[in-house]
Amino acid sequence: MAGTLEFSPDDRYNAFITTCSTAPFSDGTLAGIAVAVKDNISTAGIETTCGSKILESYVPPYDAYVVGLLRKAGAAIVGKTNMDEFGMGTTTETSAFGPTKNPADPSRVPGGSSGGSAAAVAADLVPMALGTDTGGSIRCPAAFCGIVGLKPTYGRVSRYGLIAYANSLEQIGPMARTVEDASRLMSVIAKYDPRDSTMLDRPYDHRPSADIAGLRIGIPEEYFGEGVDPRVAETVRNAIAVLEGLGAETVTVSIPGMRHALAAYYVICTSEASSNLARFDGVRYGPAVDTRKTWHEAYQDLREEKFGTEVRRRVMLGTFALSAGYAGRYYAKAQVARRNIMQDFERALRDADIIAGPTMPTVAFRLGEKTDPLSMYLSDILTVPANLAGIPAISVPCGRIDGLPVGLQLMGRQFEDERVVDAAYAYEQEVRA
Amino acid sequence: MKTIVGLEIHVQLATTTKLFCGCSTDYRDDEPNTHCCPVCLGLPGALPRLNKRAVEYGLRVAKALDMKVPEESEFARKNYFYPDLPKAYQITQYDKPLAVEGTVEIEDDEGHEKIVRITRVHLEEDPGRLVHVAGGSKYSLVDYNRSGIPLLEIVTEPDMRSPQEARRFLNKLRTVLEYLGVFDGDREGALRVDANISLEGSERVEVKNISSYKGVEKALTFEVTRQKNLLRRGQKVTRETRHFMEGRGITSSARGKEEEHDYRYFPEPDLRPLRVAGWVAEIDLPELPVARKNRFMAQFGISLNHARTLTGDPKLADFYEEIAHVDPVLAATWVADTLLGELNYRDMSIAAVPADRIAELLELLKEETITDAAGVQVLREMLDACARGRPCERPVAIVEREGLARATGGEFTQIVQAVIAANPQAVEDYRTGKKGALNFLVGQVMKETRGRADPRELGRIVSECLEIGGV
Repeated sequence: MAGTLEFSPDDRYNAFITTCSTAPFSDGTLAGIAVAVKDNISTAGIETTCGSKILESYVPPYDAYVVGLLRKAGAAIVGKTNMDEFGMGTTTETSAFGPTKNPADPSRVPGGSSGGSAAAVAADLVPMALGTDTGGSIRCPAAFCGIVGLKPTYGRVSRYGLIAYANSLEQIGPMARTVEDASRLMSVIAKYDPRDSTMLDRPYDHRPSADIAGLRIGIPEEYFGEGVDPRVAETVRNAIAVLEGLGAETVTVSIPGMRHALAAYYVICTSEASSNLARFDGVRYGPAVDTRKTWHEAYQDLREEKFGTEVRRRVMLGTFALSAGYAGRYYAKAQVARRNIMQDFERALRDADIIAGPTMPTVAFRLGEKTDPLSMYLSDILTVPANLAGIPAISVPCGRIDGLPVGLQLMGRQFEDERVVDAAYAYEQEVRA
Repeated sequence: MKTIVGLEIHVQLATTTKLFCGCSTDYRDDEPNTHCCPVCLGLPGALPRLNKRAVEYGLRVAKALDMKVPEESEFARKNYFYPDLPKAYQITQYDKPLAVEGTVEIEDDEGHEKIVRITRVHLEEDPGRLVHVAGGSKYSLVDYNRSGIPLLEIVTEPDMRSPQEARRFLNKLRTVLEYLGVFDGDREGALRVDANISLEGSERVEVKNISSYKGVEKALTFEVTRQKNLLRRGQKVTRETRHFMEGRGITSSARGKEEEHDYRYFPEPDLRPLRVAGWVAEIDLPELPVARKNRFMAQFGISLNHARTLTGDPKLADFYEEIAHVDPVLAATWVADTLLGELNYRDMSIAAVPADRIAELLELLKEETITDAAGVQVLREMLDACARGRPCERPVAIVEREGLARATGGEFTQIVQAVIAANPQAVEDYRTGKKGALNFLVGQVMKETRGRADPRELGRIVSECLEIGGV
């Protein structure tokens, strides 16, 4: 069964940064299946850039834990997908290797930051791909491109080998055209890895079930309010009605902490990023520093030249948020806001088994449409809460507006990824039938 | 003017693997960058995994110093750029250290017992090391073998009142750490000290990165003099960081502003908080120096001074216990008074000395087969062989080869008479009652006989010969 997969895709949407023309594979549950891997996940022997010039030519000497699991399961790793530089973006436009286009409408962005993975799946170049989700980076492109994307519970998938953007928020997760495939991929990658100390030994090994009779679905008003395109809200409400038709009940819940979610999210992710990205100094890997300069100057010049604008902005924001005299006002307060949101979800998920809402407040933007960072940040409002709370969240296609896909987002209790997968599966099976 | 000293001591814990990865800590004789992996090289995506043994070692110290271990402690990132720091942050502990509030008992300058309070101990990783190529090269090299070695930082209150007290504190602390089996003081760079020193009413100066015990006392002595001189000249002591230049025995100002970092500490998101207070009860402490000293006096009937010296280093104490069976008092005298001095002279460690050979030597001394003087000769021969890595001969063999067996007085009568004949002035002095003359003559005979006779016995023979007179 083991062999080699030839891979020469028509990458008209610029989904890949690197493709492997021949990809070896072995026996296993994914034997011979082409899997694309986001370019912030380390692959031994395959260049891994995080969409950044500062890692151009960096070839990791080791596999991320999930990549090892993929290989063991027989998957053929066919390439590394495009992404916003270090995951910092919602459109894949901040990639140093050019933007990815949305296969549903090439004048639109695919969403981000796992836009390359989403486009590769949506364009049928691969049946499944790995993405990473720090504040919506799997779910947003899944919604914009019309595919399925799961952000697992924090601590369920090993981050070993994932080049960190914001450690306390991010998870690697599956992206696929169907819930079943997403669940299959999840069953391969969600295994305990003692090298990731933030993991719990709660492996995922699940075949989705469409039986959701009696499931209580919480509807938070905050997910249908200001800033959400009414057509998106309506499409999602209709999708929830489908679930009700399958025997689920709805209850109204509230996440008051949402008011501070974006602020908290951007303080935490930029703070962690400012520290994580400090190691890219050109001493050990990547483009080399100019050794004729003093080392401080050499670092500074290299980082200014090789990091893109958005990365520099976030590194500076994070550096500021952690600095003496300000850490109390920003970093510490963001942690308080984060705890409030976690408690809000805990409370809401006592009254409900899952929570449903739109994945994104709008459909995919036009390429180049979002020029100011703030309006870009605002579009993450519906996805970041799940990262702050560490809960599982899936985006499943639930209709189109003007031909552009809309995603239904389902969130669940920690380590109840199976439940959100089942609900998404039930919906998918019902609308396909 | 009161001198006030507080110390921050970084000790490398003697674990077999690094603090956050499985790399070996035994790198000192190896090529640079051969004890490294993605974790301690800070490669993108690598994650730290805490070494449980290092935590246990830290807790042993905490328990031995009678410290409180909080329910929860936490790792934090200390962010700064430096080429030897591969992640551009050091994983350390900041506002939630492993343990707090302990004590160490030392002798003050008047010989009274005093308490030095320990503020806190915490775990952190050692950075790599910059290597500057000799000959003024334009670049530096980095060796990451040291990167990730577990360090325990021990912070004291400003409770020491002189450089000598600081030295005594460090000796005591080192002994305790060695007893606990968590530290190997023989490893180069295994202990580094930052010392804070001020004269009462003046600003405080921090002397950074002193890498030897002797260096601490020297650096502090220099600072006391420097600061007193400043004040005497009517100048002020400025609050600053200074470097100790070991070779010259002086401190020099570290160029100010560059050193003032904002480390932007925040909790390490890749590690969970530590909840290890419950482990402390499980830790069995070994017998610590004070207990062992008291036991030695009671069990072996040796003096306080000998007991103190012998228990000052656990390896030395173990060595003593191995040979005490021959004759505890004789063994104590030979180890504490003679062997230690010979080791210091050769810069040798007790670990290099074969205990069975020393036990054999003690037997020869105990049976009076050889004299003390001959014993010293045999000991030196053995140590010289060990120091050069040669097999250590049995003492009996050395005695035989060198003809050092104790001789009876009769054998020496001839030599005695020759010495008396050759030194008429001394004989004259003896006759007029000068005590020193006898010693001189005995010494001459000793020299001729290479220590093979007992000096007291020899004294008797010499005086007999002189009394018989006629000569």
